[in-house]
Amino acid sequence: MPYTKHRRLVSSAVAVALGATALAACGSSSDDGEAQSGPVSLTYWTWAPGMDKVVDLWNKGPGRKEQITVTVKKQASGDTLVTKILTAHKAGKAPDLVQAEYQALPTLVSNDALADIADSVDDVKGEFAEGVWQQTTLGTDAVYAVPQDIGPMMFYYREDLFEEYGLSVPATWEEFAETARKLKKAAPDKDLTTFSANDSGLFAGLAQQAGARWWTTSGDKWKVGINDDATKKVAEFWGGLVKEGAVDNQPMYTPAWNKALNTGKQIAWVSAVWAPGTLTTAAPDTKGKWAMAPLPQWNEGESSTGSWGGSSTAVTTDSGNKEAAAEFAAWLNTDADALNALAKESGIYPASTSAQLSGAFTSPPEYFSHQPDFYEKAAEIARTTAPSAWGPNVNVAYTTFKDAFGAAAKNRSDFAAALDAMQQDTVADLKKQGFGVAE
Amino acid sequence: MKSSARRTSYGVKGAPYAFLIPASLLFLLFFALPIGYAVWLSFRKVQVSGLGLGTGAREEVWAGLENYTGALSDSELLGGALRVLGYGCIVVPVMLGLALLFALMLDSEKVRLAPFTRLAIFLPYAVPGVVAALLWGFLYLPDVSPFHFVLDRFGLPQPDLLDGGPLYLALSNIAVWGGTGFNMVVIYTALRAIPAEVYEAAKLDGATPLQIALRIKIPMVAPSLVLTFFFSIIATLQVFNEPTTLKPLTNSVSTTWSPLMKVYQDAFGNGDIHAAAAQATLIALAALVLSFGFLRAANRRNKQEGRTAR
Repeated sequence: MPYTKHRRLVSSAVAVALGATALAACGSSSDDGEAQSGPVSLTYWTWAPGMDKVVDLWNKGPGRKEQITVTVKKQASGDTLVTKILTAHKAGKAPDLVQAEYQALPTLVSNDALADIADSVDDVKGEFAEGVWQQTTLGTDAVYAVPQDIGPMMFYYREDLFEEYGLSVPATWEEFAETARKLKKAAPDKDLTTFSANDSGLFAGLAQQAGARWWTTSGDKWKVGINDDATKKVAEFWGGLVKEGAVDNQPMYTPAWNKALNTGKQIAWVSAVWAPGTLTTAAPDTKGKWAMAPLPQWNEGESSTGSWGGSSTAVTTDSGNKEAAAEFAAWLNTDADALNALAKESGIYPASTSAQLSGAFTSPPEYFSHQPDFYEKAAEIARTTAPSAWGPNVNVAYTTFKDAFGAAAKNRSDFAAALDAMQQDTVADLKKQGFGVAE
Repeated sequence: MKSSARRTSYGVKGAPYAFLIPASLLFLLFFALPIGYAVWLSFRKVQVSGLGLGTGAREEVWAGLENYTGALSDSELLGGALRVLGYGCIVVPVMLGLALLFALMLDSEKVRLAPFTRLAIFLPYAVPGVVAALLWGFLYLPDVSPFHFVLDRFGLPQPDLLDGGPLYLALSNIAVWGGTGFNMVVIYTALRAIPAEVYEAAKLDGATPLQIALRIKIPMVAPSLVLTFFFSIIATLQVFNEPTTLKPLTNSVSTTWSPLMKVYQDAFGNGDIHAAAAQATLIALAALVLSFGFLRAANRRNKQEGRTAR
């Protein structure tokens, strides 16, 4: 989600303050038992902006009919919320509904924080792409969440500057590297893009596109494949570009990065469907000069992409009204009115395939008003999303990524060694916790 | 309670304890209990079995000293401690040196606009640490920094302040900028408390202002210097705001740059509160040993000096 990115700076500062909110929010889940008799009230932890307005639609419409009232408690995004849910769950006081990023689902499930809602939501399965739905089942018969938004990855570039320097849109990563070198030759002070180590989701998405499967299970054991051949290929590709200086090595989401995008010092960005929102604030002066294309491919003629971001709505095991909560989760992410409101109020790109081409997505985002088929293209790209495989300690892998790849990018050193460090740390952590690990 | 004869004998004996109850209760509830809980957590760990999915896959078990041996053999925690040591070696002498210098200058007779200057030097202390770090971070970033702009105009080399050795200077600068004013006020207050007769006597003996500063003022404010030093050591051990705020701006600050950042990362990033509790206990112990060791050394010197003077 675009909003999550800008918040990171302050998120750690407000984390402490939010702890108090967690305590305050605890008492509100009702414990009527499974039987739904009489009015039910549910609490929902989410970071999506404007969610209260979307939930109002429920409370005034289907919710009123069924006497199910949902209350939104606004939270900090991503990893911070995972920690908070786990802490609340330890006290048996997690809210009924939570927003969770796909890669956090195994962590939450392994802490027994999420309820299996397969019986209540199986009928909405058809609304979502196979690869998206599979992330909520963790490869089991259970269903732990309903997909809400997705972040299929795309290639964004400055159309005018590409023309000026005689560059063509790269269809393969090979061409991408050539484009970077050609630009460096034509304008040594400019960069095609940067390799940033401060958002692990980007690298995870690129590896996913290349066919990586970071966590898989065999029997009673986890198998970690972070340094598998596909990921190694991706790491070495970017490591090579950084080493030869063909792309920059500074992190994203800094004032310097904003300036580089806004002044044309960096002329492309490997990003996801939510990029227009980020570009609107980061590079306001270049509105109308950017264009979107599919991500470069590893082999000519292929069409595959990774995903960067995206989240789901899950029901916790602490909820006293799991069925009602699951019903709301299904409505929120499949009902046409709800999805329309989500797009308008929260700016999300829906996981529901039918919503991707209706309502708010019939016209392009304002920043890309000159590319009228933006969302048609986006929906097409979304269909090519490669499957992903998350495990119970994504957080550990992500932390090591930031530190190891940050250092490697800074020193322009071997990315494969950083990747091995990521693999080792992740395996060591699994073993330390007692998980079964297959070598 | 009122008109009983027993009250006098019993009450007088019990009174001190009765007066102690509120303080002890608060101490127990808000100090001893949380610390005890943290220590208890540090001796436990979560044990997962198999894939760890589903109910009952996780249980909390006794870990013994495992978390402590883990923390002590963790190269990241040790590396963080060394980085903070380097940072402290810059911050503490520079900050206290400047604070002492400013205090002496403000206390000199020739000073003008003293109240304004005092406030101006103190003001950065009122800026919240995170805000100060953000502000300086933007000034350090080569692409948006006015310093780099000026250096560029004059064709001078532009050092990257967010990398390698300069990073320590950049971080220290934020702490010095924010902390000097506070320490200056502490020392300055002690200077104002020195009786005027002492100076008069010194002047009659023909002491120059510099001699007065070195031979009289500094020795007489030594207790406040000890105090500020003590505060600075603790603040250095707890450094967290500045590197955490600069982290998103550069690849050079890792998520475990300082020991406290490592504790934070383990507790809230990796979800391992038990390892984090063990590390926190170790840091608290280090702070205790360092600060009390320093205080004892300072006290012993004071006593010895007192004896020789007599």
